[in-house]
Amino acid sequence: MNTVIVVGIVALALINFAFKASGPALLGDREPSERAQDVVASLSPALLAGLVVVEIAGPHWSEVDWTRIVGLVVAAVAYRRGLPDLICIALAVVVTAGLRLLVP
Amino acid sequence: MDSEQAGGWRAGIRAGVPLGLAAGALAVTFGAYATLAGWPPAATILMSALVFSGSAQFAFITAVSGGAGLVTGIGAGALMNLRFVPMAAAAARSLHGGRFRRAVEGQAVVDGSWVLAQRPDGTTDREMMMGATLVQWPAWVLGTAVGALLVPSADLLYRFGLDVVFPSFFLLLLLEALRSRPDHRWVALVAAGLASAAVLIVPVGVALLLSAAASLIVLRRRPNSAMG
Repeated sequence: MNTVIVVGIVALALINFAFKASGPALLGDREPSERAQDVVASLSPALLAGLVVVEIAGPHWSEVDWTRIVGLVVAAVAYRRGLPDLICIALAVVVTAGLRLLVP
Repeated sequence: MDSEQAGGWRAGIRAGVPLGLAAGALAVTFGAYATLAGWPPAATILMSALVFSGSAQFAFITAVSGGAGLVTGIGAGALMNLRFVPMAAAAARSLHGGRFRRAVEGQAVVDGSWVLAQRPDGTTDREMMMGATLVQWPAWVLGTAVGALLVPSADLLYRFGLDVVFPSFFLLLLLEALRSRPDHRWVALVAAGLASAAVLIVPVGVALLLSAAASLIVLRRRPNSAMG
């Protein structure tokens, strides 16, 4: 087990480094084409939407939890009202925890 | 674009605080998870310090403690992080220095920081990204240590609602991104659809990678017809 742990840690650290280093080292400051820039600019909403879904669903949709979804709605509403991010997140946590306390 | 000028190190560090809190909370769960899977706390903390990627670390430990071999575990972790290749490539021209320095600066790419640092014109606010990451790394390592050594029960974290921190953070970032680029709502919808379907069949990290493919739909539109 210990060899597995050490090799795993080192391998993942190196792979991670290489993934993040490849583009910056190879591309330099070459200006990407307009279409490429368009794709890049839309990468973040795409990944974020994916992250939200995956966080709600969990593997095979096994982790859906209505209290968490209510918390997320609260965060979104608070954001729309112009509250700072940290407050929105705190409200989501309080509402989610509160629901879990009240509705066992 | 005007409202985006106020970036830089300070803004990055400030914006990194909620990210750091979320990362810290998630790290506590990771640390506890690893200890319960039989990992020595020192190794878990070392992993967080060196790998610094929740999704890959969870994937590796899940695979290995689930009976998969070392290579499968590393493959699962690597697949999780493949998204960093296009993300870092996108940030490339905003980084400074020669190849080596850029490669090192590229290490600041983590989900939250990268998103925060995106400017509507597709460039990256380098200082913002690095500042936000500088807050998250110690939070990630410290949270891991707390989790690995104290091993709070998953039930406790659940009761305090801490599992809602990360998704709400990503949701807020998404709303923010869509506010500056409303034309991207279709990309977000397609991505959400792809992720919803993919997560039924493939591991979570692969589903994430597939959701990024939604970006390709912008190729079907003319750049100037985009704002609508």
